[in-house]
Formats: sequence, structure tokens, C-alpha cells
Amino acid sequence: MKKVFERPKSLIDVRTHYCPGCGHGIAHRLICEVVDEMGMREKVIAVAPVGCAVIAYDYWDFDVTEAAHGRPPAVATGIKRMRPENIVFTYQGDGDLAAIGTAEIIHAANRGENISVFFINNGTYGMTGGQMAPTTLLSQVTTTSPKGRTAAMEGYPLKISEMLAILPGVSYIERTSIHSPREVLKTRAAIKKSFQKQIENKGFSMVEILSTCPTYWKKPTREAMKWVGHDMIAYYPLGVLVER
Amino acid sequence: MAKKILMSGNEACGEGAILAGCKFYAGYPITPQNELIEYMAKRLPQAGGVFIQSESELAAINMVFGASVTGARAMTSSSSPGISLKQEGISYLAACELPAVIVNIMRGGPGLGNIAPAQGDYFQATRGGGHGDYHSIVLAPSTVLEMMDLTTLAFDLADTYRTPAIVLGDGLLGQMMEPITVLRSAYSVLRKDVRNTQCSIRNTKPWALTGCKGRKPRLIRSLLLGDGQLEALNDKLQAKYRTIQKSEVRCELFQAAGAEILLVGYGSVGRMLKAIVSQLRKKGVKIGLVRPITLWPFPQSELYNVSKGAKRILVVEMSAGQMLEDVKLAVADKDIVEFYGRTGGGIPSEDEIISKLKVQSAKRKVKI
Repeated sequence: MKKVFERPKSLIDVRTHYCPGCGHGIAHRLICEVVDEMGMREKVIAVAPVGCAVIAYDYWDFDVTEAAHGRPPAVATGIKRMRPENIVFTYQGDGDLAAIGTAEIIHAANRGENISVFFINNGTYGMTGGQMAPTTLLSQVTTTSPKGRTAAMEGYPLKISEMLAILPGVSYIERTSIHSPREVLKTRAAIKKSFQKQIENKGFSMVEILSTCPTYWKKPTREAMKWVGHDMIAYYPLGVLVER
Repeated sequence: MAKKILMSGNEACGEGAILAGCKFYAGYPITPQNELIEYMAKRLPQAGGVFIQSESELAAINMVFGASVTGARAMTSSSSPGISLKQEGISYLAACELPAVIVNIMRGGPGLGNIAPAQGDYFQATRGGGHGDYHSIVLAPSTVLEMMDLTTLAFDLADTYRTPAIVLGDGLLGQMMEPITVLRSAYSVLRKDVRNTQCSIRNTKPWALTGCKGRKPRLIRSLLLGDGQLEALNDKLQAKYRTIQKSEVRCELFQAAGAEILLVGYGSVGRMLKAIVSQLRKKGVKIGLVRPITLWPFPQSELYNVSKGAKRILVVEMSAGQMLEDVKLAVADKDIVEFYGRTGGGIPSEDEIISKLKVQSAKRKVKI
């Protein structure tokens, strides 16, 4: 019988620590599928963030380094500049990339660093217990915005992809989601395109992946998926923001 | 015979890095170390390396972290306020056992302070500086030539022990110009095996991330959540620090054996004190100098040994008395240790130091 579906070789066969319904597992798997498909497992050097995905290296079967909170783009810069022949990517959450690491991501993008960035936006700080993220939606309740985020008190949710898209050093930014099979496939295609840009030396590329956190959103998985598809997408529209 | 060239301490430091095979430099401008970042901008690409002016000191130290992850020899530099920003990264480098060289051309503090020479970052450099139980190797040059040689040595030591090494200079040393001969550096022969080629990285750095072709994937991290894992790392680090303390102490003893009065100072102050010793020896004063070259590990037993016959020990610093604590520890807190310091960018003059030596207190039987 023809095998039509199997675990990617780059994905280690262990149970993850992620909560049921969390989008990290899907994103990890998609990256590994693409790494396998493009035959890059032995060329990849990945940078893991601080946040729920900090131990992504327990699931990825290629070279990985940890970085301090928010600093993966700087660490990836050092790696890629010393080893341009390798494929270098960072995997960062919304706290890591859109709050504490804002300077690093903007300047890596502006230098046109030839790296791929996978930005997991689930609008909350999962690892520390569901606090407000810069990408938390207005009126979304978190442990540090207990009455719901307000523009007056906490400002508007930050649209990092739109901000970065205007920089000429950026080769490609797309916002995708994992809330439906169709969007999962589009996310996979976007991850592949980002790696292709790197292989072609086109410079900085990023895929913002809208993802779920059922645990701290306090929603069942199915509702969490629906919330991404309805509420998050309303503020963070999907699609290619820039391709050069 | 190579001809002498006139160089500032900052430039000599940069050339020392080039001689050591530094392949990556990231930095952010701050006075009084700007000649160093400018020198690297010009010189490093000529030597086949990569120079990046980063968006911040934080980014710079983390870029160095990234370069070091691949096994490349990497350096950053700054001055006091900027070094404070780098502490996060230095702690991570120490935890991940990654070699790197960090140059601090100290200026007056605390806060934004001023741009005059100072030695107020001794505690920060020698005690770890960032969070957690760790040390960096700290080298203190006192001449322009030493700015070059000790920078090269810093790369060798960092690679040997897989730990960050700090070159702790001050604004005076960074800006001062002296004629020096740039040959192969005196120290660079120590670790010829850890030169910076892909081949040498493969052979000498079996931990470097290079892509897992033909081998198992490698991981560099400092998050250790498993029961006892982090304590095991700390035990390993402490064992390494004990080896460094045993093997890497360096200091200059000048007329110190049998001296009744011992002066202790490092960096540009050490140089000043040396001139005072020469001057007073001519007048028959039994005076000598202990100039620590490694501030961590501190030359504890070297100082203890020469202090046995001493009746007075005068520690001079451009700080409110930081190395003073290490001196007191080394000589078992004998009541013969005195201190003279200037802060906030004040530079002690020879006259000030000599007049301090002329004061005879009840306890201190010897004066000049």
C-alpha cells in the first residue's frame, strides 16, 4: 500500500509538552515537513525563543541554539553571517518577537539579514500563564488585562508584519493561520517560500502564523480555532504583505 | 625588524583581535571606545571577517553569541553604560560555555556618568556582572602594547576554557597613543590549533553548530529544567573556574620582593605606580609594585607572598575601592592596607599618591 502520510524525519518521535489544541505542534510539524521536503535537515541551524516553544529542540532533529528572550534575530544574524551556506531560522512567539525583541526584529529585517523568521502569534503569553501580549486583541481578557484590553490603557494590538513589510530589506512576509486544514496547507506553502527566499539570497523573510492558546484563552479547542478564524483574522488579515 | 607604528590603545586592541583571527565583531558607538569600533569597521573586512554596527549593545552581544555558536572567534566592545546592557548576554555565554571577547574601555559612572577614564566596573567584571553564579576571565592591560597582546590572549583563553573573556581597559588607555611594533602577538602562539578556519573549528570545537551533516544534531542551551541538571552545570562551571584560578593567574611584580611598601594597582594606574616606584627607589625607599594583569583570577597568592615582609600596602584605583576588597582578602585583611582612590573620572596624580605615602599614622611605622 502506498504510504501517504508519515512523521517527518526532522520531527523527533516524542510526545510534546504542548497543551491540547495548541498551534505550536502544527507549526513545528510544518517546518519539519518542509525541511525534509527540501532536503535541508543537515544544513539547518535553528534559534529557539523564550516562551512556550523554548524547548522546541526536544522535537527538532537538527542543530538548534537557544537565545535570550527577544534576541533570536540577533543570534541568527551572527550565525548566518558566519555560515551563509547554512539555512538559519528563528522561531518566535508574540512576546519574544513583538514585545521584548522589537528592536532586534526590526533591525534584522532592515539589514535584510538572509534568515527566515517564523512568528507564532497567539495573542497571549502562554509560558508565564496567560498575560497580555502586544498582539492581544482589544477587549480580550488576560491575567494582566483582567477587564479586557483597552486602547486607552494598553494601546492597540501591534501589527508587526505590516510594520516590517515597508522595509526594503524584506523579501517576503505572509500572514497565515492554522485554524483550518486549508490555512494549514497555506502556512506550509508560506514556510517553504520563506526558505526558498533564503536559498536564493533574497534577504529577510517572515511568516506570521496566527495560532491558538485554548488553555489561556479559556476556550475549547474548536472554539479557539473559530476565534482565530473570526476574531483574530478580522484584525490581522491573512495574505502576502510583501514579496520582492 | 618591523618598524614601529603609532597607535591608540583602542586601535591596538582591534589589531590584537585581528591577530587572534577574530572573524566577527559587532558593536555600538560609545565614547571613549569609538576608535575601536571604527578600526574594526575598516580592518576586519580586510582580514576576511564580518563587521556589524548593531542597533544596540544588547543586539551586539547576542550577535557575538550567534557567531560563537558556529565556532567563530567573535568580539564586541563598549564602555561602562554599554557593558551594563551586555550583561544579559555575558551570563548566557557563560552558561552555554561559549567563548567570546568583550572589551570594556571604562568611563566615569554610575549612570551615564562622564567620558573620563575610570575603574568603577571592577566589581561588575570580576564578580560575574550578570545573573547567576559565573565568572569571566578579566585581563587588565596597562600599555598600548598590552592592549594588543592581552586582547589576543583573551581569545586564546576564551577558546581554551569555553568562557567569555573581558579586556578591562579605561578611557586613558583607549585614547593614549604609543609607538608599538605589530608582529605576531606574543601570546597568539598559545592556541595555534584554535585558529578560525572551518577545518580548525571542526577539529577543536566539537560543540559548534554547523549543520548536522554526518553527525547527530547539536544543541546549545542554558535552560535546564530537569532535576539536578542545572546544579550539575554549575558544578561543572565551578570546576572550570578552579582550573582557571590555578593555571591562568598573571601579574607583574616590580621591585616587590622584600619591599617595605607595596603599591597595588592595575591598568593605567598600575603604570603610574610603576613610575612612582622607580622614582622612589632612586631615593632609597624600599618600595615595590604588584600589578595584577588578570583581575579574575586575582593573583591572590602572588600578592600574599610578597606582602609578608611589607609594612604598608597602598592600593590605588580610579574607583571608591573595589579591587581593594580582593587585596584585603589576599593579605588576610592585615591592618596594613591603605587606599587612595579617585572617582567620577578623576585621575590620581603622582603627587597625590606620594603625599599619601608621606603621611605616617600611628599604626603605620613606615613613611617615605
